[in-house]
Amino acid sequence: MSTTKNLYGRRLPGYAIATAVVLTAAIGLAFFFAPIEADQGFSQKIFYIHVPLAIVTLGGFIFGGIFGIKYLRSGESRDDLRSYTAIHQGVIFCIGALITGCIWAKASWGQWWVWDEPTLVSFLIIFLLYTTYQPLRFSIEDPERQARYAAVFAVVAGVFVPVNFIAVRLAAPLIHPRVFSNSGDSLPGDMRIAFYTALIGTALLFITICKYEMSSKHSRAQLAALRRSIGGESDEPNAARRAAPRVAVR
Amino acid sequence: MSNTLPPNSGYVAAAYLVFVAILLVYVVIMAIRAARVERELTELLAQSQERGAQTAQNETSNA
Amino acid sequence: MSTVRPPSTLSAARTVLYKELTLERRAPQTLTAMALFCASAFVIFHFALARNEVEGALAAGVLWVTLTLAALLGIGRSFVADREEGGLDGFLLAPAPRISLLFAKAAALLIFLLIIGFFAALLLSVMLLGPTPDGAQWASLALLILLADLGIALVGTLVAGIAIQTRARDLITSILALPLLIPLLIAVTKASEPLLSVGGGTLAWRWLALLGLYDLIFGLLAYALFDYLIED
Repeated sequence: MSTTKNLYGRRLPGYAIATAVVLTAAIGLAFFFAPIEADQGFSQKIFYIHVPLAIVTLGGFIFGGIFGIKYLRSGESRDDLRSYTAIHQGVIFCIGALITGCIWAKASWGQWWVWDEPTLVSFLIIFLLYTTYQPLRFSIEDPERQARYAAVFAVVAGVFVPVNFIAVRLAAPLIHPRVFSNSGDSLPGDMRIAFYTALIGTALLFITICKYEMSSKHSRAQLAALRRSIGGESDEPNAARRAAPRVAVR
Repeated sequence: MSNTLPPNSGYVAAAYLVFVAILLVYVVIMAIRAARVERELTELLAQSQERGAQTAQNETSNA
Repeated sequence: MSTVRPPSTLSAARTVLYKELTLERRAPQTLTAMALFCASAFVIFHFALARNEVEGALAAGVLWVTLTLAALLGIGRSFVADREEGGLDGFLLAPAPRISLLFAKAAALLIFLLIIGFFAALLLSVMLLGPTPDGAQWASLALLILLADLGIALVGTLVAGIAIQTRARDLITSILALPLLIPLLIAVTKASEPLLSVGGGTLAWRWLALLGLYDLIFGLLAYALFDYLIED
């Protein structure tokens, strides 16, 4: 029976190449094709890196929630691994979105942090929530319970994201103008091409990194299994506490 | 094209640099992991060859 | 031989709720701690903000930050007694529907929060509040306390259910509950602000709508997910 269908690293090289191509094209388009924006000038170019990072972060967290639901219904550790990886990478992309957002705020508004930009504030709150994922997992020793509770968290946090956006947006002062006016609603054609290319490239990057992470974890689990069967060591897998899910060897 | 850089280009460069830096950190982590996996595989290969040689030896001494 | 029918969700919840309230009545630890916390917090705010009186947004902030942190005390205690003394295992063995535990715990927490909420509001009006709210504003404030405490009780019970099985119980409770409560806090502080201002104001419906939405969403989430937390 061929087990290559079940490998995590399947099609990984393809995704990696696609990522490299699309991201390079996106940066080229952003700097050489898209026109300089009238109000904000050259610093608007940050938009092409900041907004895709933000959108892909949200996508990652939502997928984390979806895989959480799948895990609760199926109990398959594969779904738990997908949920964990999506959220883990989502947090890293979120840090990237927050930092680039701060740099954009400094360039446009002269301050590193602005409370008037609801999207940025929402991302900070979401970041604060999702950074509790790892400590939560780490503090539960039993692997099955850890996976189950992490899945519950992933679902709650996933539902929280839109509620949070609504609340923060409602609270935004009506007097101040939005700092980042070009948030994708009414982009002229040239900018739109560059933006969507950057978005697709960032999404591909996220998928590639997630696939790599899962494949790498799987390889290490296979290595450990091999070591046990050759070395004849005890069947006890490493009993140390860990936040990452244990990968079933295929 | 003018000879001077556009205004605020420092900030734009910083933003893209942050992105590249995070990616490069990731590449470093990947490299460290790959090296570790290779080292472990080499050890395991040596172990399995040793066991194979020992089993062969036991068989010839029993025969 | 007569067969005993397993209890319905409502009657099981009522029984557990009665147990919770009886426990608290006999040894009022949680309520006392929360009340003392509120009083101390107001004293601290007086010194930290260097003010004899607060009003408007500042008053709303002081009130709701105090209530939220007091709520964390209550949330942290929610499942502790059951876990430590085997009550949780006993409940799992009983033929009661598991969701009744959610109803009972959330209801108990709601009752405690309501008591402390009204207590804190009264205390604030005596100690720190500048303007005197009129009858209509007090009524609106009471409605806000009710809606907000419902949300805090639901989220709090969910978080307590998660945290009770972890090793770093208190830490997890705090870092998990606070971000989740931020939308609720946004709504309730914005809504309270005109009620506590000089010259007075009325309740804006958009914040009530947001609070209602928040309570509904997290109520449904807690209902859907609680069973997965109480499996053994």
